[in-house]
Amino acid sequence: MNDRTDIALLVPVAEKPEAPAKPRVQTGYVGQSVPRANARRLLQGRGAFVDDLRFPRLAHAAFFRSPHAHARIRRLEFKQALRSPGVIAVFDGRAIAEYCTPWVAVLAHLKGIKSPPQHAVAIERACWQGEAVAAVVAETRAQAEDAVAQIEAEWEELPVVTDMDEALAGRTVIHPDLGDNICFSRSLETEGFADAFAKADLVVEETYGMGRHTGVTLEARAILADYNAAEHSLTVYHATQAPHMMQDVFSRHLNIPEANVRVICKDVGGSFGIKVHVYPDEMATAALSVMLRRPVKFVADRLESFLTDIHAREHRATVRLACTREGRIVGFDLDDLTAIGPYSVYPRTSGIEGNQVVNLTGGPYAHKAYRAKMNVVFTNKNVTCQYRAVGHPIAVALTEGIVDLAAARLGMDPAEFRRRNLIPDDAYPYTFPSGIKFEKLSHHRCLEKLLELMDYRALREEQKGLRAKGVHRGIGLAAMIEVTNPSPAFYGVGGARISAQDGATVRLEPTGMVTCLASVTEQGQGTEAVFAQVCADAVGVSIDKVRVITGDTGTTPYGGGTWASRGAGIGGEAVLQAGKALRSNILDLAAAILNTDRNSLEVRANAVYDKASGESRLPFSEVGRIGYFRPDTLPLKFQSELTVTRHYTPREYGFTFTNGIQASLVEVDVETGFVKLLKHWCVEDCGTVINPMLVDEQIRGGIVQGIGAAMLEECLYSAEGQLLNGSLADYLVPMTGDTPDIEVAHVVTPTVQSELGAKGVGEAGTAGAPGAVMNAINDALAPLGARVTVQPFTPERILKALGKVQ
Amino acid sequence: MEHALDTTLTVNGTVVRRRIPARMHLIDFLREELGLTGSHVACEHGVCGACTVRVDGEIRRGCLMLAVQADGKTVDTVEGLSDSGELRELQQAFHEKNALQCGYCTPGMLLTALELVSHRPGASREEIREYLSGNLCRCTGYQAIVDAVETVLELKRKGGHA
Repeated sequence: MNDRTDIALLVPVAEKPEAPAKPRVQTGYVGQSVPRANARRLLQGRGAFVDDLRFPRLAHAAFFRSPHAHARIRRLEFKQALRSPGVIAVFDGRAIAEYCTPWVAVLAHLKGIKSPPQHAVAIERACWQGEAVAAVVAETRAQAEDAVAQIEAEWEELPVVTDMDEALAGRTVIHPDLGDNICFSRSLETEGFADAFAKADLVVEETYGMGRHTGVTLEARAILADYNAAEHSLTVYHATQAPHMMQDVFSRHLNIPEANVRVICKDVGGSFGIKVHVYPDEMATAALSVMLRRPVKFVADRLESFLTDIHAREHRATVRLACTREGRIVGFDLDDLTAIGPYSVYPRTSGIEGNQVVNLTGGPYAHKAYRAKMNVVFTNKNVTCQYRAVGHPIAVALTEGIVDLAAARLGMDPAEFRRRNLIPDDAYPYTFPSGIKFEKLSHHRCLEKLLELMDYRALREEQKGLRAKGVHRGIGLAAMIEVTNPSPAFYGVGGARISAQDGATVRLEPTGMVTCLASVTEQGQGTEAVFAQVCADAVGVSIDKVRVITGDTGTTPYGGGTWASRGAGIGGEAVLQAGKALRSNILDLAAAILNTDRNSLEVRANAVYDKASGESRLPFSEVGRIGYFRPDTLPLKFQSELTVTRHYTPREYGFTFTNGIQASLVEVDVETGFVKLLKHWCVEDCGTVINPMLVDEQIRGGIVQGIGAAMLEECLYSAEGQLLNGSLADYLVPMTGDTPDIEVAHVVTPTVQSELGAKGVGEAGTAGAPGAVMNAINDALAPLGARVTVQPFTPERILKALGKVQ
Repeated sequence: MEHALDTTLTVNGTVVRRRIPARMHLIDFLREELGLTGSHVACEHGVCGACTVRVDGEIRRGCLMLAVQADGKTVDTVEGLSDSGELRELQQAFHEKNALQCGYCTPGMLLTALELVSHRPGASREEIREYLSGNLCRCTGYQAIVDAVETVLELKRKGGHA
């Protein structure tokens, strides 16, 4: 960059293609920490988030939301609101329902799951505080909000159920038509379970609580729907993770042919699972655009985000662990209760999180006996659904918490106890008692690497020395398994129109550049960067030649998008296969141009070479020129194919599990209850590491979200169902000062299901961090006879555990 | 009629004269009226720092200041500071360290970091964390951001240029 003028720096787009100097020719990008090309525009504030887009006749939506957790709508009066300056229209739920059909979020493979129909805007009844009951459209957002304040409503308050046990008991049933408040239940028991527990030398039991929390994407939910009445088409600019899923949903619920619906995601300001669901106010916005025949935008403000972005993880689970006196775990017993608000969320359902807890509890260990019982209940709070690491943080925390408790009872070091019980590295393929299958994991290699990385023994020595001085440090471990690269077994098999396959189109441009269109989306995790790496290697070009385009149902192949740590593993394999096919087609064309045997040629670094002599025969720019502009010079029967599409679906396993282990070092101030996180470590096995820097940053960011859950984050509701801390001033998330430095290392066990060998990594950090932090805090508190099991571990909870406050 | 005031301010070096509704926040004026969408809106109550801009040389939260309060003042945003090259070293370090993921907090983070670099050239890692503690990033976990700022400070201390 030294030799560039300021002006050149300002024009990064023009900089590369016009640069006279030859780009560094380099292959073998997979495995290197290549910086993300698309970060440049974000660094200059030249991204394109939904709220940055400008359209003629754009109107703005705002919603009148229920102030009550459960109430019948007696009357809505729009007279004043309609007179408010700039107002275009005001609609209630019935009017919007004329254009948008309701949905029911159930899946066939979650047997017995039930949920009532949900409308875009509530009709008759609001079931949580914040549910939209009317929509205002105005010329500006401020005017729309002014008008919302002019809506008059008469309510009849209904009995509110906010407590999970109350919901389960069912004395008040939220949806009488459903009979009870149970959305979904699951139980299982392995053969010989009772016997195993009866014979065990030690059975430990503990109850863990997880605070209901939320994703807090910095860019709030945002949608701009643009209906074109002339062609009955709808273009939606949407901050979503799954554009094709949303295309299908808009098409079916707004009754517009699928081919007429186009969903475009430009830059998305963080998603973490928050933006992969169908939100009633977003569906309403699309309907409003159809109703008003003009573009309509809705961007949630932060207060609306807290009230309506999905929440997650409100669980209380009692877990028992049985083991021998030698320290061999024989079984786990789980009883989990979780509350999801008044509706199962469409179309993924709100049964998945609890289901994952059942699947994953005890996950890293070699026991054979397992019993699980799990209830998912309705309450009058905001809905919950899949948030980053879905179920994992709960399963990991309660598993690792009880494992530490058992180790303590046996007087065994927690690392040694894990060493004795982790599934051996040579035991694969392996079927776990909950029924899930592991292709190949590396628990023991990860454990040993972690202990070395953190210098476990030295830390224990230091801890001992400091304890003598009244400094209470704790070390916590948390082993984990993680669902990645899901097959159709996750959603498709249950009837959800959610694609488990993804596609990539790779095209050689006339200049020798390569365009890659992929169905996996970019939310900042670096999808486009890793696809460029894979594509450059597969085709045989330098990475500056590759452009990646994502997030547009109108141009990319069909696919699932971004969720369940699937982008690199599934989308990356599609890119690899498409790139290889293009390379092959380039060789065919080059052989035709050169009138030579294809087998005598090979591709390297932007050109076709003669294999024997190593001589460059044809640069890609020449291949492109002749292929597109002078096919008249080629043999009559020869047709070049310089655009190739390939797809990939993982099929052999339901999920491609990864594994890893985290460690946390904390210091607890026993006078104030404050916890200082001193350091965090993670060793993870995500198979092929395509871009080490991006992988490590995914893990670090994920860990900090897990730290937020463990230390700070909880959506607090009153008994009346009022959210008490629905602002960023009251709901705390980790800031720079709250977070420790995080060391990340890898063990690499590529999946054999794909040629790329990549597994997912986006959720691993969040999965393991809360358990590691909890164990570290309890390790620090152990000499004082105190223990905490309810997240977040606030100073108040710690002081209570220490008996210092009531 | 909405109460509005004639306001003159300099934005990224250009004098702007507008009649601005009194209730309009500076960030909304920059984004909606001037199309400077680089500065983002995320909490609108002064916590997250995504709307950080520079007013008369000091960083301010665009959601806690009314646009009419900027009358007679000089406002710089990420767009202007990118064009002028003031942010160049930080941008390069952020890019190389991947100190951003979704990029939504980044313009605000960069402006805060720029002030840190000029006001606290000797800042330690802990002091960097403290200085940036009013800017929320939900993606990175902050370490890469601290690394990037540290890199720029070290470069400055060595008297080097990016």
